[in-house]
Amino acid sequence: MGCEMESDQPEDLDVVLTSMWPEDMNEAGRQFNVERPGGDQDMLEEVTINKEPNIVDFQRLMELTNYSDKGNWQLAKLVKNWEFKQANVVRLLREELDQLSKQQQEVELKKLEILEEHRFEKDGYGGDKRPISILDENLRYLYQDAPKRRKDDVVSQGEIVAIDAEYDSVVYWKQRAMHLEKLLEASLQREQVLVEKLQESIDSLERQSTPVEELSQVLKRADNFLHFVLQNAPVVIGHQDKDMRYRFIFNHFPSLGEQDIIGKTDVEIFTGAGVKESQDFKREVLERGLPAKREITFETELFGSKTFLIYVEPVFSKAGETIGVNYMGMEVTDQVRKREKMAKLREEIAVQKAKETELNKTIHITEETMRAKQMLATMSHEIRSPLSGVVSMTEILATTNLDKEQRQLLKVMLSSGDLVLQLINDILDLSKVESGVMKLEAAKFRPREVVKHVLQTAAASLQKLLTLEGHVAEDVPIEVIGDVLRIRQILTNLISNAIKFTHEGKVGINLYVVPEPSDVNKQGSEKKSRDQSTLSANTNGNGHADNSPSCEESELNNASCDQNGDQMDQDKESRTKAEERVVWIRCDVYDTGIGIPEHAMSTLFKKYMQVGADTARKYGGTGLGLAICKQLVELMGGYLTVSSVEQHGSTFTFVLPYKVSSASDSDDTDELSDTDQLGDDGYDDDLNSGVFLFPPRTLGTLFSSQINGRIPKLLPNSYGNNCNGLLEDSHLPCSNKEGVSEEGSDSSGGAVETASSVPDIDNIRPVAQQEQETASECSSTNRTRVEKSEAKQHKILLVEDNKINIMVAKSMMKQLGYAIDVVSNGAEAVKAVQRSSYHLILMDVCMPVMDGLQATRLIRSFEETGSWDEAVKAGVEMEVTSHQSCLTSQVEETRKRVPIVAMTANTVSESADECYANGMDSFVSKPITLQSLKQCLQRYLV
Amino acid sequence: MEVQLQRSYLEYCNALFREGFLDGQFVQLQMLRDDSNPDFVMEVVILFFEDSQRILNELSKTLDEQNVDFKKIDANVHQLKGSSSSIGAQRVRNACIAFRSFCDAQDVESCLRCLQQVQQEYLLVKSKLEALLRLEQQIVAAGGVVPTLNDFS
Repeated sequence: MGCEMESDQPEDLDVVLTSMWPEDMNEAGRQFNVERPGGDQDMLEEVTINKEPNIVDFQRLMELTNYSDKGNWQLAKLVKNWEFKQANVVRLLREELDQLSKQQQEVELKKLEILEEHRFEKDGYGGDKRPISILDENLRYLYQDAPKRRKDDVVSQGEIVAIDAEYDSVVYWKQRAMHLEKLLEASLQREQVLVEKLQESIDSLERQSTPVEELSQVLKRADNFLHFVLQNAPVVIGHQDKDMRYRFIFNHFPSLGEQDIIGKTDVEIFTGAGVKESQDFKREVLERGLPAKREITFETELFGSKTFLIYVEPVFSKAGETIGVNYMGMEVTDQVRKREKMAKLREEIAVQKAKETELNKTIHITEETMRAKQMLATMSHEIRSPLSGVVSMTEILATTNLDKEQRQLLKVMLSSGDLVLQLINDILDLSKVESGVMKLEAAKFRPREVVKHVLQTAAASLQKLLTLEGHVAEDVPIEVIGDVLRIRQILTNLISNAIKFTHEGKVGINLYVVPEPSDVNKQGSEKKSRDQSTLSANTNGNGHADNSPSCEESELNNASCDQNGDQMDQDKESRTKAEERVVWIRCDVYDTGIGIPEHAMSTLFKKYMQVGADTARKYGGTGLGLAICKQLVELMGGYLTVSSVEQHGSTFTFVLPYKVSSASDSDDTDELSDTDQLGDDGYDDDLNSGVFLFPPRTLGTLFSSQINGRIPKLLPNSYGNNCNGLLEDSHLPCSNKEGVSEEGSDSSGGAVETASSVPDIDNIRPVAQQEQETASECSSTNRTRVEKSEAKQHKILLVEDNKINIMVAKSMMKQLGYAIDVVSNGAEAVKAVQRSSYHLILMDVCMPVMDGLQATRLIRSFEETGSWDEAVKAGVEMEVTSHQSCLTSQVEETRKRVPIVAMTANTVSESADECYANGMDSFVSKPITLQSLKQCLQRYLV
Repeated sequence: MEVQLQRSYLEYCNALFREGFLDGQFVQLQMLRDDSNPDFVMEVVILFFEDSQRILNELSKTLDEQNVDFKKIDANVHQLKGSSSSIGAQRVRNACIAFRSFCDAQDVESCLRCLQQVQQEYLLVKSKLEALLRLEQQIVAAGGVVPTLNDFS
């Protein structure tokens, strides 16, 4: 029995416990996402919203809830929720009832038990009382363990019955009976209370609030929650009816009152950019019946420039018609700004990247161009040698017996070959200048002679009735230092150009000193003046106009070269003052030709450009000449300009800085390479005469020889390699001597060199002929000439390791009338120099044991210091005894600087630089030819 | 007969120039021949043959070695280039130029190829020059004068 009781109790408790935890309540609440009131209520109270920023047309809300599906649905949800709650309450109550009835049963059971117990006691006396007390205790314990039990006050059965009487006595039983009776009474009382309570509960149930009230309460709570959430959000929420009039708006930062908004449209409320757009957008949503989002930037007086992300959704009536829109906007100005910034940055990065790729491309193209140029130069170089062969063979062929037709064909061949050669030379020159390989040489030369020779050469080949004239102002120094080859190249180019485009009248050269140009001065006189705008200069720089003004500003050096009578004296004075002074000489090449049209001026100096296609056809040419001239002039630190009047002529002007040789060197002028005035009596006068005139000749004599006709075309070729240009100079006196000597000396002796027509031709023709590469006549004339000078007994040393080269050189020297000593390397050369003194050393550069550069350095070191210490240091075994004798007997001679000419296989300027740097005086390129050798000898052995 | 020989000599000469075996430098050699030294061209050419053969032998020997001494090769090729350009054997010279560039690159294979080419060019120009020299001798034997090219120019 007791066991039964025990098992019964927990069961009961379980039920009580489960019912006590309001899980179901929670679930019901969750449907709404609103937590149960109660605990939450407090929180809401804490955040009581004082102001109500939202402005509501409540009537509209009612309409909405009544007429729109959404409103209905919302209401239905509320009702459902309320039903849930009610059901829950009912369930709870029912449980409570169950519990109560259970307790009642229990109590009754107990009553029965007690009765039975009594009976049992009566029957058997003395039953164990303990189980009951234990049971009671247990019960109490268990009840205490469920403190949440609401009806604690009601359930209080478990009291221990305390009886202070002796067990089994009459008093005891009496007391016990009384006690039990009391208990029973209490139980009955409790029952009464419970019944009352039940009744009360039922009453209160009836009294409970109506669903509507409950719902509105819930609504209110949801509303509060919304407020709570929205109170700081930068959002605007609104509802507009189908006329776009506001019926509701929530705005946390309202700048307008309710009356200003409700019932009005956007457009009516505020103006500015974006307002219309937003309204149109809303209308669009309304019409299409589909929700949409859009970003709209407002620019209004009301709140300035702001961007809103607007979400608009249509509201439908039950009939499915749109009756308005819900609208929600969030301010995203900052985000938009950031986004725009990002976009801008991205764009910039993209632009940067594009630029980078562009730049890379450009670099690539530039590299390609450089490579292409290099290749062009190389190719030209490679083409030149075989082409020279072709042309020279053609020349040889032209000397054989040919019939008229063959001769005609050959003539065409020759002229074509010459043209190609010239073109290649031009390209080579140009690419040299452009790639910076072109190195300028600095050598003394006489401007007057250059002018004279250029004119002479031009006159020799002249096929027109033109007067060639030259005028060199008195103030131009006798000698200046510069790259005579290049200057001559420029002059020749300009002159031949002038002749080409002039059909009658004259072509001439004017040379005079000008003050240092101010703009070039700023850059430093040696710098290139690329910026020099040729066109602007040529518009004002006509003739002699712009020389004088800055005369006083210019340096003292230039002041001394002012036009003055005693030029020579002044020159000497200034030479003593400054070792090297710079003088700017202007050279005008003028003609009375067809002139240059104005539109062609800009392209005049561009490569491959001629004035026009017809010009090219008519006059031929490569279009490179002027470009080369300009580049060369700029390379030398000057500038080239042009002025022209169509049909009247052009004047090309270049101004170049020259160093004037220092006084100490002026004694050596006799040995100048440029001059070979052996048989020339009027030598000194010629130096100073500055006027040259070559009057036109009669046509009859002009075309007597076909060979002569084409020589001038060959001329520019000779400028292609470095040494040939000197040729002409050295030949000229030759021809003078050889030709009608009387006439020659007469003409050169006068201040005005007027060669009468017939002797002039005789005089010049051989010159031209000699300029040909075929050196037959040269060598023959040379032999005769050199035989004379053989008496001087020049000692020449050849340093060369190649047997064949030695053999060839020896033979050439023999033919030129010289005997030579030969050694096979640099060390031996040094020893040879120690043994005896030489007038000239021809030095191979690349040799075993010791190369030519080192040998030259050692020899130069000896010349400077008088001792061979350097050579000994370098490992050359010097002969001590002869060294002594050398010093004693030949001190003066030995210490004189011996000319050392390098023989180099590479004709590129770099190795020439190396030669100069190591103390060599010049170089001939290998394989050596009779001509180059002869020139070299003429230059150093006079 | 004599004139015939002289003409064919000139023609042959011109052919050699045309085909690029010789260049202007050979004319220089011919110009150096005079009464005091009538065999000059032949002497130089023979010297060239000897020298070139020696260099070529040395080159092939050096290139066959395990560790190729490029310095030595370069010096030899330089020599050959100098001699060939001195007598105007420009095809040999050009081959030498290419050879040297591969020598700088220390490219054994290309060097061997170049050596072959140089040898070939050398043998070609050798046979041509020998033929030319034979013609000269025939002219001399016939009692004529070897026409130097510049006699007509």
